[in-house]
Amino acid sequence: MNKLNKTSKKTNKKSNIKAALSLATSALLGTGVLSAGVAQATEADEWQFDSAFLIYSEVDRVSATEAIIAGTKTFANDEILSLKLTIDALTGASANGAVAQPNAQTFTRPSGNGQYVTPAGETPLDDTFHDTRVQLNAQWTQPLADNITGSVGGHFSKEYDYLSLGVNGNLAYDFNKKNTTVSMGLSYFQDTFTPEGGIPKPHSSMLVGDSSSPEWDAEFAKTRIGDSDDKSTADILVGITQVINRRMITAFNYSYSMVDGYLTDPFKVVSVLNNEGLAQDYIYESRPDSRVKQSTFMQAKYNFDDSLLNTVADVSYRYMWDDWGINSHTIDTRFTIPVGATSYIEPHIRFYQQSEADFYQPYIIDDQAPIGFVSADYRIGEMTAITIGAKYGVVLNGGNELSFRLEYYRQTPTNAGFTDPNALNGQDIYPVVEAIIAQVSYSF
Amino acid sequence: MKANKPVFKTLSQPNTSKVHISKVNASKIKLALLTAVTVSLSACSSLGVEPWERDLLAKKEMALTSSPVDAALDDHIYFSKEASSGGKSFGGGGCGCN
Repeated sequence: MNKLNKTSKKTNKKSNIKAALSLATSALLGTGVLSAGVAQATEADEWQFDSAFLIYSEVDRVSATEAIIAGTKTFANDEILSLKLTIDALTGASANGAVAQPNAQTFTRPSGNGQYVTPAGETPLDDTFHDTRVQLNAQWTQPLADNITGSVGGHFSKEYDYLSLGVNGNLAYDFNKKNTTVSMGLSYFQDTFTPEGGIPKPHSSMLVGDSSSPEWDAEFAKTRIGDSDDKSTADILVGITQVINRRMITAFNYSYSMVDGYLTDPFKVVSVLNNEGLAQDYIYESRPDSRVKQSTFMQAKYNFDDSLLNTVADVSYRYMWDDWGINSHTIDTRFTIPVGATSYIEPHIRFYQQSEADFYQPYIIDDQAPIGFVSADYRIGEMTAITIGAKYGVVLNGGNELSFRLEYYRQTPTNAGFTDPNALNGQDIYPVVEAIIAQVSYSF
Repeated sequence: MKANKPVFKTLSQPNTSKVHISKVNASKIKLALLTAVTVSLSACSSLGVEPWERDLLAKKEMALTSSPVDAALDDHIYFSKEASSGGKSFGGGGCGCN
């Protein structure tokens, strides 16, 4: 009896938390009165919540923590409301674009207030990198006709120096006994970047010296062209999903993305080296103000039978190409293997490979002064990356799910055919970046 | 090893014929892709299951995105660390991390 009482108390407590969250969500939305009647009608109309806490930690570089809570409510007539709140915090050091040197190097912080020194033989990292971000997403999905589903959504994201607003709309049409679905979606984002220290003038030299001198502010201002800049992103996505048989489903997508506006990274510089390879100057990078990206994506999911432990295999491939000269291949595979009746283990392997942008250069040699676009950001250079990890999930009493994920991510930037001058011999121009991803999720 | 020889010979032919070969290949690939897409689309009607055969497909782990939260977190990580984004869903903006 005691045990029973305890269990029911626990269940009550849990449903109280859920009820409180549901009430809070309804109050926020102003849909309380509207949905109250429906919510009481059936159990199925309850809110379903997914929450997660993630730590992303790079060796000697950036660390991020991210928390997500997402609520989904299905109303009568299959109308679905999804809301998601994401909060993340970033701290740590980030590569500033300059190359390692046989001697120590001094850089000015992006704000212009103060300097930092990178020891000889080390990749220059700016350790003032920190930000907190709050993101809200809302999505409303409903049937529009017999076989047509429509969906509209909104996005809001705010950081200390960044604001992003977005809208999206999707239409899906089912036919062939709902075995085939064709869909089309449009999304539009409008972002405003107000970086600490303003927008640097492309190609201008980083001012290095005594930032407490009376002339400093005026000199620093000469390397700036404004306080903020904008970027817009318009995406079109068309897709088809096809059920093959009782055990297999496939998807194929094509997407076209147009990005316009400020695409330069205001915190990144490029080293200007003399013929021996010694740094003479650091100039702010410059990227084109538009980018068109296209990608094809295909995915297959297969549910094996008893002989393979009823494993679900999820395999996908993406090919992306853009007008900056970058193309990339991504292969992502997951195997969900049931363990007993209520838990599963899910190994995950992801392989990524990209080519460099046409204007990517790890550094500039003095006598070939930059005329056009230039960036030494390794993220648009040639690289491969691999993610290996696993997730373990268990379904608790009442159907709530608790899961843990641990992954290792390794980026290996590679030389896209540049011949290094002598002074760079023995320096690591393409340093490996390693990170651990740890996550706990709870669905209730 | 001997079988490789003709391949090397083909590759060492003058540039003009290489361009010609790659053009022919490109159009062949395009034709093959078009055929594959057409065939797979017209084959759609014969593929699939009856409504009562959806037991396995209805499972959560068989959804194309079985964990939307994981997918959102991963998208954010890779968007900020790599030059590619989207494909499976919108790759839009959303943060100043790139």
